[in-house]
Amino acid sequence: MSFSLTLGVLLLLSAAGYWVGRSRAANLVARGSGRLHSLPSYHGFYVALWAGIPAFVLLLAWGVAGDRIVEALVLAGLPDAQTATLTNSERALLLAQIRNEAAGIGFGTPEPFVAAAAERLVELRSFSAWIVSAALIAGALAALAWALRRLAPDLRTRNGVERTLRLAMALCSALAILTTLGIVLSLIFEALRFFARYSPLDFLFGLQWSPQTAIREDQVGSSGAFGALPVVWGTLFISLIAMLVAVPVGLMSAVYLAEYATPRVRSWVKPVLEILAGIPTVVYGFFAILTIAPLVREAGVTLGLSVAANSALAAGLVMGLMLIPFVSSLSDDVINAVPQSLRDGAAGLGATRSETVRQVVLPAALPGIVGAVLLALSRAIGETMIVVMAAGLAANLTVNPFEAVTTVTVQIVSNLTGDTEFDSAKTLSAFALGLLLFCVTLCLNVIALGIVKRYREIYD
Amino acid sequence: MTDSLQITGAGTSLHTTPAAQRRLRRRYAAERRFKALGLFAVLFGLAMLAFLLTTIVSQGYRAFIQTHVSLEVYLDPEVIDPRGTADPRDLARADYQSLAENALYGLFPAVEASAERRALRGMLSQGAGLELRRRIQNDPELVGTTLELQLLVSGSVDQLNKGVFDLESGRRLPVSDEQIGWFRELEAQDRISAPFNWGLFTRADSREPELAGLAGALQGSLYLMIVTFVLSFPLGIGAAIYLEEFAPKNRLTDLIEVNINNLAAVPSIVFGLLGLAVFIQVFGLPRSAPLVGGMVLALMTLPTIIIATRASLKAVPPSIREAALGIGASRIQTIFHHVLPLAMPGILTGAIIGLAQALGETAPLLMVGMNAFVTSVGDSMTSPATALPTQVYMWADSPQRGFVERTSAAIMVLLGFLIVMNALAVFLRRRFERRW
Repeated sequence: MSFSLTLGVLLLLSAAGYWVGRSRAANLVARGSGRLHSLPSYHGFYVALWAGIPAFVLLLAWGVAGDRIVEALVLAGLPDAQTATLTNSERALLLAQIRNEAAGIGFGTPEPFVAAAAERLVELRSFSAWIVSAALIAGALAALAWALRRLAPDLRTRNGVERTLRLAMALCSALAILTTLGIVLSLIFEALRFFARYSPLDFLFGLQWSPQTAIREDQVGSSGAFGALPVVWGTLFISLIAMLVAVPVGLMSAVYLAEYATPRVRSWVKPVLEILAGIPTVVYGFFAILTIAPLVREAGVTLGLSVAANSALAAGLVMGLMLIPFVSSLSDDVINAVPQSLRDGAAGLGATRSETVRQVVLPAALPGIVGAVLLALSRAIGETMIVVMAAGLAANLTVNPFEAVTTVTVQIVSNLTGDTEFDSAKTLSAFALGLLLFCVTLCLNVIALGIVKRYREIYD
Repeated sequence: MTDSLQITGAGTSLHTTPAAQRRLRRRYAAERRFKALGLFAVLFGLAMLAFLLTTIVSQGYRAFIQTHVSLEVYLDPEVIDPRGTADPRDLARADYQSLAENALYGLFPAVEASAERRALRGMLSQGAGLELRRRIQNDPELVGTTLELQLLVSGSVDQLNKGVFDLESGRRLPVSDEQIGWFRELEAQDRISAPFNWGLFTRADSREPELAGLAGALQGSLYLMIVTFVLSFPLGIGAAIYLEEFAPKNRLTDLIEVNINNLAAVPSIVFGLLGLAVFIQVFGLPRSAPLVGGMVLALMTLPTIIIATRASLKAVPPSIREAALGIGASRIQTIFHHVLPLAMPGILTGAIIGLAQALGETAPLLMVGMNAFVTSVGDSMTSPATALPTQVYMWADSPQRGFVERTSAAIMVLLGFLIVMNALAVFLRRRFERRW
């Protein structure tokens, strides 16, 4: 029986439990056996929760662990002569072979013991699925019956249901912590496996990045070097170009909209500019390769420079475009938070508007603007699709914006897509890069949010 | 007061000396420059937006029409059903492409050399044979008749018809001069037409641009949105209610709060790594499946929904809560019967905006392998699929010229959905928002 079918049956049982529980509670009153402590619907929920939740949790657990258990059983059932000498990875390989054979996508004629194991796997799978589904449904029915029997006028079902609901909501908010924990642990765990093969010092300070590892022993020129410095430089370089576009344009348009524009203009221009922030990044990537990269190349050629097809400049320019509304709306907020009295004071001293902005408003808003810029920088560093589409693949330690550089995110994508075995240093290096990326952006975010928050407190 | 009047008196005011006037002119000039700079920045942003959108639309509109050639095809029983059994399996196997090719050869009797014939039949798409097969399978009675049909031409002829190629440039084109000549002749015979391209929405992906459509990607995105909504909406509301209404003020809840704010700013690709390492490696869920992609997107959308929900819960005035509590409702009843319904418009607005972000997200989907090349519309939540943004990414990578317009069209469809969702959010906010 399939997972979703069992889930459906459990849901139906739960719904039935609600209905039966509620009518039973209503009957209790009708028969005159006293006043109910809780409303009939709470009795319904009480039965429904008992019928649904324990079985649902067990079903989830089986969905996660079930296949493992079955496969372990099959492996344990293999003749000792075949498995005694196997290392862990050979064991995994054997298991994969059995799995493929069971799915009917096996390769060639399998050894008899593999074929037998595959048959056993298929058998065990369907058998265990039936057993588990039947057991869960029977268990849910039993729990439903038990809860029904317990229903009584003075049973405090409301308190029970509400406590469960509160617990469920607390678990929901714990999910936020679990997500962060999941990110950190999975990155650290995989990165440690990478560092077991490649020294962290070489990773952080090495100047050579060529993640192609040899598939055959005798292959030439692809020993795999994982010095991340050129990749990190590429990321910073492209982000720098992007910030050079986004910060002046974003800041100036924020100043214009906050200080000069009439309310009518402002109410039109601001949302239109924010469309730029709502456009998916893959669209910017396509725009970069379709339009901006050829423009940059033509400009370079007319200047007599040689320009790479995927120059850092094109990727950086488009990324800057994407960040304009980000910088401008954050700066707009902090500029508007500067008290009007400061502006009035400056105007009273005879300062022009631009003098007020440059000498009073901007210095007062500076911490907030720095925070906005840091947030934008963290966006730029973590941005993926624009650089995957418009920046290069080869690591290159250069300051020439017309050459191609690669970034951390590009390397993560290129090392993890395509058919590579999961255990190679190449794929694991992506997780090390991911860890680096996570740490850097986390630091930037924490600092930026801290600055913005502290600044807000001063004027509020 | 009188002192200063005496000093600056009689027309030689400090502010009217030539030096002062020069200074003032300079300051006013600086003022005008600064204002112009600000205006320039705003106009630059707007111009870039207009540039981007016009680029996409000017490329993409072409993919909404598709060139067809009208041919009289003789549905030869010798080819379709040589044994005369009318067995559906025989009908499915026949070489329909050759029927369409023969019809084309019939129009150009002078073309006999095999290399020329190859060029001639190269003008037809493989879709021509597929269309013939579909007709025959729908109505086997047609075998033996001659039908006038609108058949697909190949991607490069389609581009030729749409005027994409610069014929004067002298560069090598994907169509030969002969093919251009034949095409002009077909055009002169009024056989070329370009109706609306329904195939863009009914076909799945293909290596041939004229056959590639968005059906698979649309379905994949729909599945993703369903999973994302079903997971993130209740979980996000639950978390927000707990944090806003029940959580004690302690270090743990502070930590959760900081966490949520930070999660909202974690690069999306890191969520992809999480999905790959946890959902696929540890939980053993299938790669490329909308279920896994949706779970990753749900985790990314959660912070948005939590933050929006908390803001709308906060906006419900305490008098509502006090009134409910005052007539004996429990805290849970107060929240679920009174506060939450009042906060719902705001929550829905936040959820829709979060979903719109998730719809355009690409990088985490690449990590969990949702850039599968699937030539049929997927059938379940766990079978390999692609989504709109990953389809854009894959088509942008394809070398044929015809994919440029397809990519732009896919982007137009994606942007269309985003506009609809955001408009819905704005509508909800305008229509139902209450100021207390």
